[in-house]
Amino acid sequence: MNCFLVKSSLGRKLVMAVSGCFLVLFLLFHMAMNLAALFSAEAYNKICEFLGANWYALVGTVVLAGGVVVHFAYALLLTWQNRKARGNVRYAVTVKEEGVDWASKNMLVIGFIVLCGLALHLVHFWSEMQLVEIMGGHENSLGLAPTNGAALIAFTFSKWYNALVYIVWLAAIWFHLTHGVWSMFQTAGWANDKWYPRLKCLSNLVSTLICGGFALVVVFFFLKENGWLCCACC
Amino acid sequence: MKFTLKIWRQKDAKSKGAFQTYQVDNISPDTSFLEMLDILNNDLVHKGEEPVAFDHDCREGICGMCSLHINGRAHGPGKAATTCQIYMRKFKDGETIVIEPWRSAAFPVIKDLVVNRGAYDEILQAGGFVSVRTNSVPDANAIPIAKADADESMDAAACIGCGACAATCKNGSAMLFVAARVSSLAKLPQGRVEGARRAKAMVAKMDELGFGNCTNTGACQAECPKAVSIAHIARLNREFLAAKLED
Repeated sequence: MNCFLVKSSLGRKLVMAVSGCFLVLFLLFHMAMNLAALFSAEAYNKICEFLGANWYALVGTVVLAGGVVVHFAYALLLTWQNRKARGNVRYAVTVKEEGVDWASKNMLVIGFIVLCGLALHLVHFWSEMQLVEIMGGHENSLGLAPTNGAALIAFTFSKWYNALVYIVWLAAIWFHLTHGVWSMFQTAGWANDKWYPRLKCLSNLVSTLICGGFALVVVFFFLKENGWLCCACC
Repeated sequence: MKFTLKIWRQKDAKSKGAFQTYQVDNISPDTSFLEMLDILNNDLVHKGEEPVAFDHDCREGICGMCSLHINGRAHGPGKAATTCQIYMRKFKDGETIVIEPWRSAAFPVIKDLVVNRGAYDEILQAGGFVSVRTNSVPDANAIPIAKADADESMDAAACIGCGACAATCKNGSAMLFVAARVSSLAKLPQGRVEGARRAKAMVAKMDELGFGNCTNTGACQAECPKAVSIAHIARLNREFLAAKLED
């Protein structure tokens, strides 16, 4: 039973769907957590404290990293097999088929952009927070406490280039999810003609909720740190 | 009407192919695409040249033999139509038309525009049938079947196995074909009995023959000459996963 997840094309697709679902749920949680920073630095830092170098947060981090690795490794495997299946001679002329989303044909490329953004994100935040705690440090490279996530957010997004890169990253995630979310239902067999419009609507809603929530925090802190928000808002 | 045709010519399976350009004149707008190729071939034969090899049979959209990739689209510029159902009025006078064979590792080119689609037959042989004792014809209403189920089964059974799905899919996946076969039988009581075995056997054969992994782009249903829906792929996924969980 276990081997079909590796040997069968439908099994491999199920692994992509389940790992993708796990990552989407994580993104929803992360986005909701970030929204706390909009209202209270103290509340956000409490969450950061809770998710420090505790055993449960470390287990969560390892499982999450595992999810990313599995999703990406399978993406590479599937793409390699698919290129082989397509054959060596390609069509001289191709057109965009009706009703086919651009994202659905470019998931790996978008995935690379998402992964590059993730690497940058880990350098910006994880290495300055949880990693510092794991290494037994009490101060990160900015001289802040590793649990002072609110100050780290404010510092990072005060720079226009960071805010811009994060928005591009979020746009890539948005495209990836608009195909990924409904696609995982299809792969699990939970779809039919009646449900396609509903599932695609759900995909767009989830993608927009996740990316919009993250983007709100980026834009808010960019404006706030550059003094472009009125005092009432601050 | 007149057209410039860029046609893929390949001597045999082992030779390297290339595009060759031909001109056809005095083509009536009501000429079918295959008739236009017949006219070209007639000219080539008169000139003592090798005619272009292409697959065709019924020429009324039901046999699944025609298989041309025309101007970037499987079966050319028509919705839910096979190559033989395309007429030259669909093209602009003077247009350059690029004609290629199906491109998929599992469908190797035999000659010019003809590809070997035997892989689909092998998948069918693996499980696309119902094991029943042959005898006298049973009464038509002996087994009641709900209208909705019969309709859905017929929608899937409309698949003519032409290979446009795998030829269009960027992953070279045969999922729509396999799904149509599995789905059409799974919706009927006679086929339901062997549902689990069929799904596993046909998917295993599909993988073995080197077809790619479906990534749900939906390109197959957009180009399918019988407009078979990817909802059948969802049913195949259900059938297969349920069968595997039972193992």
